[in-house]
Amino acid sequence: MEFCFSEEQNELRRAARRFLEVESSEARVRAAMETERGYDPRVWKQLSEELAWTALTIPEAYGGLGLSYLDLHPLMEEMGRTLLCAPFFSTICLGANALLVGGSDAQKDRYLPSIAAGETTVALAYAEKNLAQGADAIETTYSKRGDGYVLRGSKHYVVDGHTSDLIIVTARAEGSRGSEGICSFVVPGDAAGLTRTWTPSMDQTRKLATIVLDGVTVAADARLGAEGDAWHSCERALDLARIALAAEQVGAAEMCLDMSVEYAKVRHQFGRPIGSFQAIKHKCADMLTMVESARSAAFHASALAGQDEVDLSEAASSAKAFCSDAFFHCAAENIQIHGGIGFTWEHPAHMYFKRAKASEVLLGDPAFHRERVAQRMGL
Amino acid sequence: MELELTEKERAFRDEARAWLQEQLSGPFEHLRGRGASGDQDSYVEERIAWGKAMGAAGWNCIGWPEKFGGRECTIKEEAIFNEEYVRANGPGNVGHIGETLLGPTLIHFGSPAQQERFLPPIVSGDEIWCQGYSEPGAGSDLANVQTKATLVDGEWVIEGQKIWTSGAQYSDWCFVLCRTDPDAPKHRGISCILVPMKQEGIEVRPIKQMGGSAEFAEVFFDGAKAREEHVVGGVNNGWKVAMGTLAFERGASTLGQQYLFQQEFEQVVEAAKNTGASKDPIVRQRLAHAWIGLKVMRVNALRTLEQQGADLSREALISKLYWSNWHRDLGKLAMDVLGLEAELLEGAPYELTRMQKWYLFARADTIYAGSNQIQRNIIGERGLGLPKEPR
Repeated sequence: MEFCFSEEQNELRRAARRFLEVESSEARVRAAMETERGYDPRVWKQLSEELAWTALTIPEAYGGLGLSYLDLHPLMEEMGRTLLCAPFFSTICLGANALLVGGSDAQKDRYLPSIAAGETTVALAYAEKNLAQGADAIETTYSKRGDGYVLRGSKHYVVDGHTSDLIIVTARAEGSRGSEGICSFVVPGDAAGLTRTWTPSMDQTRKLATIVLDGVTVAADARLGAEGDAWHSCERALDLARIALAAEQVGAAEMCLDMSVEYAKVRHQFGRPIGSFQAIKHKCADMLTMVESARSAAFHASALAGQDEVDLSEAASSAKAFCSDAFFHCAAENIQIHGGIGFTWEHPAHMYFKRAKASEVLLGDPAFHRERVAQRMGL
Repeated sequence: MELELTEKERAFRDEARAWLQEQLSGPFEHLRGRGASGDQDSYVEERIAWGKAMGAAGWNCIGWPEKFGGRECTIKEEAIFNEEYVRANGPGNVGHIGETLLGPTLIHFGSPAQQERFLPPIVSGDEIWCQGYSEPGAGSDLANVQTKATLVDGEWVIEGQKIWTSGAQYSDWCFVLCRTDPDAPKHRGISCILVPMKQEGIEVRPIKQMGGSAEFAEVFFDGAKAREEHVVGGVNNGWKVAMGTLAFERGASTLGQQYLFQQEFEQVVEAAKNTGASKDPIVRQRLAHAWIGLKVMRVNALRTLEQQGADLSREALISKLYWSNWHRDLGKLAMDVLGLEAELLEGAPYELTRMQKWYLFARADTIYAGSNQIQRNIIGERGLGLPKEPR
């Protein structure tokens, strides 16, 4: 295993930064986050059609570029850095991964090319009102009807679920428990019996939706994987998304550090820059220590993600727990270092602080992931 | 999560592994695992003999240039060797100050005559060095050294006191920061002088630490003598030399150290299982947190090792702060896992258990070799470009 980004990956990062500094500037993020849709379709078109980000990790056989998760990593960091508002995380990190891990060749053939082209967006509807984590979260049921299935239940905290073209719904066989009886289904966003609503949330840069499935009928070929036996692939898809999210958290945390350092160099009190005071300098040093260490955690997980046969659960949970803590810490310190201005709506510090909390609790909070690691350690 | 080894590196590792295993299951078996942190004053004579055996077999100073007796190993090979060393339970290396601090300093700043006189016995393990930097009034503020050296009849005569000098009790030589120009600004009047320890005029008083052992000492200089030509890097140029010395630590020892940490961590997990603490949700969180932290430390180190040649990277700058905090936290976790049992000694009058030793010694980790506060200054100023403290 190499432990540095390659020159190609660094170039990808530089190109992404150049693009995002313009198209995901603070002003553009603020404009996008005020809308219900939550993103600017023009930017989405550019990043999928011109930059081919949506094609990056999709295999060449399905119209993608077939690059690795380690190639995606710097891109995720850069997206986190500017709080990019786009359905990239939902479509690629959650949706496309669910299809890649759990779908048949025919299903991949059917959906992935248009995802790679940026024409189809996808959401993964996994969490529910019960706030449980892991397989226990899933209460929505499926039952057989004729050749197909009927889905009943409601899904919450669905990232971009109110706008996506497709929704992948995780459900369980009626009466099943734990990781038994679980399956995912690809459901069109406009399916009969499906109602979806935007759920206003504290972090405005990543939109959440509630989806009610009131007897939604789907065909047999909407099912991903073997009937009732898809928890393993569902979990792997979630782990892949967690790894991408961890990389995004690293980039966002580093942006908080950079903002703090910049401010600490120019803001004067008592006749000198506040960054010359140890009280501020040492906060920044701790932030750097966390950022670089979080990068190591996410990097390691991204590198493992490219190896099909490897169980990702420990690396994904380690990265998600560590990077969540790092991002939250840096976002909070950023406000403190900025003082009063950091507490205003006008300053972007709050946007990072809010994203930090939102991504910390998304796909399992740090306590959940540490417990999962404890179990993998044989405790 | 392993370093990727080339054919040559694998052969190197196998050679090291075979030699270490042969020696440490043979003539030096009794030294396995001895002389670690908190135990550095045990088996000193035997460990000096071990250092000579290492030298005879070519395993000392492997990163040094060949013309000074080294093998010109890359930092990666050094890291590989260090990991093998710890894996084999190699004893605490009494020669490490000479090998990692003074030797590189002489290679960089020393005169040819100094190199010729002092480097070979470091490589062979025949001369043991200690470092005379800290003083009662010069800890983090190192430039405040007051120990004075005066040229009298072609000899340096030294008066003053050093403190926290590791291994002063058994060292042959000490490199001492002395004030040689009391009138110059404080950074400009310092010289680095090589002083023989076995002489009248030097008194060593071991300092008993909180763990009960005495690994470092106070050194009193009362008319101690050193030869005029044994100034490194020129008279009154000692500050530059001292700063250079502190930068020579290349991070090669980190993988070995982490292997040690992993052994300690596994001991804590074992204890948690035995006491039933491993069922407690909070302890489980802390154990997982420590485990994640250790793996992150390893990737940090591997990232640093892959960045050879570059300036000290940000990953390298954070290393000391990161590991010392991690180790200190592990010590606390170990005691918490044991509960009341944590109090019980191995034996009277004051024989600590292994866990108690590193629990206590970890409190020094965040102080020596640049305290956490100094580390944060370095990270802030060198890593982030923040303005310096007014001084």
